[in-house]
Amino acid sequence: MESPRPFEGKKVIDLCWSGVGVFVQNFLGYYGGTIVRVESSIRPDPIRAYPPFAPTYSKDEHPGLERSAYFSITHPVKEFGLLLNFNHPKAIELFKKLVTWADIVCESFTGGQMEKWGLGYDDLKKIKEDIIMFRTCGYGHTGFLASQPGFGQTLSSVAGLNSITGWPDRPSIPIVPFYSDLLSPLFGALALLTAVDYHHRTGLGQCIDHSQVEASVNYLTPIILDYVVNGREFTTTGNRIAFAAPHGAYPCKGNDRWVAIAVSTDDEWVSFCKVIGKPDWTRDKKFSTLTLRIKNIDELDQLVGEWTTYYTAEQVMAMMQTAGVPAGVVENAQDQAEDPQLKHYEFFRELDHPYVGKLNYYHPPAFKLSDCPAELGRPVLLGEHTEYVCTQILGLSDEEFVQLLQEGVFE
Amino acid sequence: MLSCYRILDLTDEKGFLCGKVLGDLGADVIKIEKPGGDDSRRRGPFFHDIPDPEKSLYWFAYNSNKRGITLNIESSDGKELFKELMKTADVVIESSALGYMDHLGLGYSILHETNPKVVLTSITPFGREGPYKDYKGPDIVVHALSGLMYRIGDRDRPPLAPSYSHAHLIGAIFGAIGTLIALYHRHSTGRGQWVDASTQQGLVFASSVEFQAVWALYKEIQKRTGGNSQTLQIKGGKKISHPLLWRCKDGRISFNLTLGPSGEKGNKALAEWMKKEGFDPGFLGHLDWKKMDWSNIEKEEIEEIFQIIAKFFLQHTKSELFEASLKMGFHIGPILTFEEMLKFPQHIQREFWIDIEHPELGTTITYPGGFSKMTGGTCGIRRRAPLIGEHNMAVYEEELGISRKDLIDLKQRRII
Repeated sequence: MESPRPFEGKKVIDLCWSGVGVFVQNFLGYYGGTIVRVESSIRPDPIRAYPPFAPTYSKDEHPGLERSAYFSITHPVKEFGLLLNFNHPKAIELFKKLVTWADIVCESFTGGQMEKWGLGYDDLKKIKEDIIMFRTCGYGHTGFLASQPGFGQTLSSVAGLNSITGWPDRPSIPIVPFYSDLLSPLFGALALLTAVDYHHRTGLGQCIDHSQVEASVNYLTPIILDYVVNGREFTTTGNRIAFAAPHGAYPCKGNDRWVAIAVSTDDEWVSFCKVIGKPDWTRDKKFSTLTLRIKNIDELDQLVGEWTTYYTAEQVMAMMQTAGVPAGVVENAQDQAEDPQLKHYEFFRELDHPYVGKLNYYHPPAFKLSDCPAELGRPVLLGEHTEYVCTQILGLSDEEFVQLLQEGVFE
Repeated sequence: MLSCYRILDLTDEKGFLCGKVLGDLGADVIKIEKPGGDDSRRRGPFFHDIPDPEKSLYWFAYNSNKRGITLNIESSDGKELFKELMKTADVVIESSALGYMDHLGLGYSILHETNPKVVLTSITPFGREGPYKDYKGPDIVVHALSGLMYRIGDRDRPPLAPSYSHAHLIGAIFGAIGTLIALYHRHSTGRGQWVDASTQQGLVFASSVEFQAVWALYKEIQKRTGGNSQTLQIKGGKKISHPLLWRCKDGRISFNLTLGPSGEKGNKALAEWMKKEGFDPGFLGHLDWKKMDWSNIEKEEIEEIFQIIAKFFLQHTKSELFEASLKMGFHIGPILTFEEMLKFPQHIQREFWIDIEHPELGTTITYPGGFSKMTGGTCGIRRRAPLIGEHNMAVYEEELGISRKDLIDLKQRRII
């Protein structure tokens, strides 16, 4: 007999827009949760309007709200789409009715917005005593910055994530433009899943106040402690580190092709020298120990880079890894799409979408559960299931639904 | 909130964060080290720059909240003890090379036999299956194979990996999420399962939006752009380079130019501020921001907007620009040094930083606080990382009921 999926029967209201929130509740969607995504067409999710767009529209047509790749790639689980115009009091009433159905409400507005609608945690608790409310915003829901809007791009600077990558002679650079949007929700997911588990065991709901900056800072603890204890601000070192040499990206055959190599132990060094046909380097007075290799790193990098150019990045990776030396192709987008390891895990999967067609960039989380595969679902369209949710979940009659529709509740 | 769960943590640096975050949420995490201490205690930075296994700040950072015992699981006595511990465990976390656990006779099937309810979480660079399963994956190599590295850096230099290695933190946190889902699944199935977390996939998660979108749509490969900009598609499918970090008087800031209705108020206020300062905002002073969006803006227009703003920012400090942005409603994030971060008023108001006692060092150390504030219980650091074998007595004597005499023998045999 097939066992139920982990979150089967868990009902989630998703009010999250932009980044962050979606990455938190997707975990419930991958594993059986039922999610109703509430949006408004008056003030649509900015991600729906963010390029790049699938080129499936004509020259004089606007790309619209269903073609953003940013939106579709980040919404790869089945959701029910409901349009609600919160400027309309009847929309608020309907939302409250939906809360009686739900176990979890997720939102990512600026602090205080839900309270303005009369939908703060205290309000929701009155509707449903054991509700779990997950709230995420840039700086957290208390403090003088609570009501400030947050963008991954700006918060990554505040959280220190834009200061950890770069050459020693040039200013640091971001890893991706909005790194904190991607890293902080992983912490948010832990908090939400813990609340769900705690509710299962105790029957108690709770409110989670997730600050994107605070969560992101948790990735930097070792170098923050170095400042706290030793007064040392972090400085970037390019690709070089104190405990491996060679350690960097080396040019390979082809246009802009590179391989990353990292040699830290003596065994790896012996194997490395064998692979590149320089066994005598293990006795060379400039390279025989790690300390010497780091001292003479410029010369070493030069020599390694000369050798790698005779081979493709794939060849170097295979030769090195077979010999037990860490090495990897510096993959570009095409390599990533064709990566044999990711293929083995069927990481990128194809979904069909009425506006963008078949694309295969949708993916599950970065783990595999032995007894329960992650399920993907086509990104929800704006308000796709408004009628379904109203009549089937909220129990409105067709007449009531049409009446509210004419009053502009579903916009 | 997770105090009912006991977790045995066999990981090295590749998996530390997994047990750490579950400990932040209340789980009883027991870090198992080999006798004499984990190798990763050699990783810097160190307290007062003294290289000592009890002074590794890396160890402190990601083993706090855990209890610590020593156990040689490679010895037969050690394996038996481990199986004893397994009986009351809910989760085992490991990040060893493929085959190591099987080689010890502690593979998933054996663990599952000993305790069918146990969740095994494996955190590895590439996953437990597939053609790269045996590949070594230090930080830079996983960065390379995840697609992130190719796009980071300048065109005149090789691709860059972050100078602060943190790839494995991302694999570990996915491992923790998978663990919680497996534990929840157990409520209905009664059985544990195997969580196979891959750091490569974790980093692909962080690169796929940037990378796979343009590849899938246009078969286009994003190149290194000098690092400090993002390519945006504008009118007629043209592309522009959107600056990410902007120079100002005393450092750099992020500035997020929002077009359309939601950007109107802030952008207008910014132009007004320019005028007030006697700075010529040019055509910024009379733009209809509300009607603008990325898909209908002209290249020349947006580039001129960028130029005017960049020039204006150079006349102000990070804090002037940040404060103005809060008042006026445009979006700025200053690059904070750690010195500034520790004093950042929002962190102070939210009591984010937590002082933790380190009695043996004769001091307290300030740590980042919890990653969420939860009304259901504590989320965050409660106590410092364990010393080598600090909880041997508590676990072996008090919980497993091993006699003092046997403990002494185990110690002499280098089992614990």
